[in-house]
Amino acid sequence: MADLSATRTLRVASQRMAVRRDRLSTFLLGALGVVLFIGLWELISRFEIVNSTYFPPFTVVVVALVELLGTPAFWSALSSTMFSWVIGLVISLVAGVVLGVVIGSSSFLRTWTASTIEFLRPIPSVALIPIAIVVFGIKSSATIFIVVWACFWVILVHVTSGVADVDPVAKATARSYGLGRLWRARFVTWPTALPFLMTGLRMSGTIALVVAITIELVVGTPGLGDLLARNQSAGNVDTVFALALLTGFLGLAINTIMMQIERASLRWHPSVRGEVSV
Amino acid sequence: MRILKTIAAVLTLPILLIVLWWIATIDSTNPFVPRPGRLVEDFVTVWLGPLLVEQVLPSLARLGIGLGSAIVAGIALGVLIGSNRIVSKILGPVLEFIRAVPPPVLLPVLMMLMGIGDGPKVFLIALGCVWPILLNTVDGVRSVDGVLSDTTRTYAIHGWDRLRFFVLPAALPRIMTGIRLALPISIILMVVSEMYAISGGGLGSQIIYFQRTFQNGPMWAGILVLGLLGVVMALLFRWIERWMLAWYYGQREAEYSDR
Amino acid sequence: MTDDLRASATTHEPLLSVQHLQKIYPTPGGPIEAVRDLTFELRSGEFACLVGPSGSGKTTLLKCISGLMAPTSGTVTLDGKLVDGPPRKMALVFQEYGRSLYPWLRVDGNVELPLRAAGIPKAERQERVAEALDAVGLAHVPHSYPWQLSGGMQQRVAIARAVAYRPEVLLMDEPFAAVDAQTRADLEDLVRSVWKRLGLTVLFVTHDIDESVYLAERVIMLSSSPTIVQEDLRIDLPEERDQLETRSLPRFVELRHHVYEQIQKAKRGFNADAA
Repeated sequence: MADLSATRTLRVASQRMAVRRDRLSTFLLGALGVVLFIGLWELISRFEIVNSTYFPPFTVVVVALVELLGTPAFWSALSSTMFSWVIGLVISLVAGVVLGVVIGSSSFLRTWTASTIEFLRPIPSVALIPIAIVVFGIKSSATIFIVVWACFWVILVHVTSGVADVDPVAKATARSYGLGRLWRARFVTWPTALPFLMTGLRMSGTIALVVAITIELVVGTPGLGDLLARNQSAGNVDTVFALALLTGFLGLAINTIMMQIERASLRWHPSVRGEVSV
Repeated sequence: MRILKTIAAVLTLPILLIVLWWIATIDSTNPFVPRPGRLVEDFVTVWLGPLLVEQVLPSLARLGIGLGSAIVAGIALGVLIGSNRIVSKILGPVLEFIRAVPPPVLLPVLMMLMGIGDGPKVFLIALGCVWPILLNTVDGVRSVDGVLSDTTRTYAIHGWDRLRFFVLPAALPRIMTGIRLALPISIILMVVSEMYAISGGGLGSQIIYFQRTFQNGPMWAGILVLGLLGVVMALLFRWIERWMLAWYYGQREAEYSDR
Repeated sequence: MTDDLRASATTHEPLLSVQHLQKIYPTPGGPIEAVRDLTFELRSGEFACLVGPSGSGKTTLLKCISGLMAPTSGTVTLDGKLVDGPPRKMALVFQEYGRSLYPWLRVDGNVELPLRAAGIPKAERQERVAEALDAVGLAHVPHSYPWQLSGGMQQRVAIARAVAYRPEVLLMDEPFAAVDAQTRADLEDLVRSVWKRLGLTVLFVTHDIDESVYLAERVIMLSSSPTIVQEDLRIDLPEERDQLETRSLPRFVELRHHVYEQIQKAKRGFNADAA
């Protein structure tokens, strides 16, 4: 079969082309969607299908957005939001991991805390807004308090599941070889629980942002949400839309980063894991 | 013996915590922490009274309509996107972006467009709830069994029939997961929209009103109502899910026992 | 509502005609020719078995014949009409019976569904369903869910569904491969009885040589990939087949031996008319 090398070249070429074609179509069609969306927005506003006083055209919003990026108010609000986000996440992470490991390692604890967790967990973080106001006042700590409430449960549930999921045979094997607690924790428990933790962390990253901005909006604690509310009551329609766009980008950025972190930390992990149904 | 143990496991810690709470607040005049007895009293007198009809019911109505709309829209769009690669690629980035905007952010926008009535609140709830339902529906539609899909084609089952007897039931477990995820979102958005637009009334507005007028007792009771609402909705949904997916659980059990 | 199933028999036209079927798969590793050239014909009422070594493209062939997949070249004709999508007059019974039944429908619902989609009125549907379930011996479990039944019974439901559909051609893709030996014997006899009773045309794909000789009037042997027809053998065993009696007939042993030899040759890569 003298045409073996020719076939091989053809094979590789056709394979590469197929992948490229698919990626290209995804990109082009997606871009088409974005263009259509923007175009629709612009048209609906310009042709007054919706009152343009309350629904400014896309181009106007973009101008307002650029202006906004030049104001110190925006950057200070952004840093307040990010501050609450980071601190809230860190506290949830630490508390969630510690308690998650403790509860997850003991089936006794798991059964006996289940009902309490199942009752407290669904309490919406926003229900605690009045408490936060009373205890912390209109400060970032109020935001952080509620962010922690929202994210802590997510991480707790994921870590508990992860730790509880550890293969009892693997644990018993390790123990029978006389391998100490720390060794077992590092080589048996940790790899099993890690994917669960990372998924929980990713979900919490998104939740923390949403909650932080919500609290700022409703309560008036410093941050993007508060900036938004102020602009709305001042009637700066363009800025309100611009801020909405900006938070969208912020959300996308955070979602992407969290997903990359999750993927990177689990690159070596071959297991199939799904999201815990929170 | 088993049953007693289960009951003990479920009730012990909560009861222990409540007792500790009671003891800790026996002589307390601290406005930050409610006393259990007083809490129950406020709950019954304040919230189960006229407030129930005036404030709570309208809130629940908005919640219901918002969530219902999200379910219908989410499933419809989800089926469309899940079945059609081209539509899915076109809408992809736009939907990703809209999804990344925290729903409460759109509240001021919506209120500018729709005023302060029920409109923006219901719309916000629907908008926030549609995502998990949509994404899970897409997932469910995309992961239908290949053999079953071939079978459906072989027996010339197309169009609405295919949708009704094959695609939707096959995707139903994932759809229900999506709806379950949307439940807490619906409650949160309902409360948020009411706390923001206080003049519009509702459960959320009422709680903030109590907080601002320093009526801490009824405020705490209101929070209890919210907590109960979440729990009740979750339970109700679990029953509905069990009933609608009886075949699914049955099948999984049968498969499991075969191993 | 009567289809003349014997139309092609009276005209001596083949009911199902496969001509120079070729299928090439584009895969990430390069194009693979699964089926090179398959040509054979089935007359109305025939029971033919397709046997071949693993990897001889049997499933690919069935998918092309049933219209689920388009061939790269060549044609499949049913009743004179080109097959370019699943034709209404064909039914396919899959190997994975568990996955081919709708778990949210009961047994009667499963058998009824294709009829419902075809617009057949309720009364007639119910009649056909009852008839079909009776023919496969499942008249006592119409209200069970498929997953409540054993593997063999599930496959019977799939067969009942095909039977109620009243196709002209019944395709079966290694339907008993995933079932235990006892059940397989019962199901083999069931298929033959259903075939005779209803005058169907059956194309039965299997890797089990014994099964192919036992069941068929004709065994079409396939070469290994890229597949062609290695041999087309007429089975001249008596019409009445019995698991014990027929399988111990000397003629059965001869035929079986011959098929086995051919398959071995096919596995070693020897094509009857290799270039």
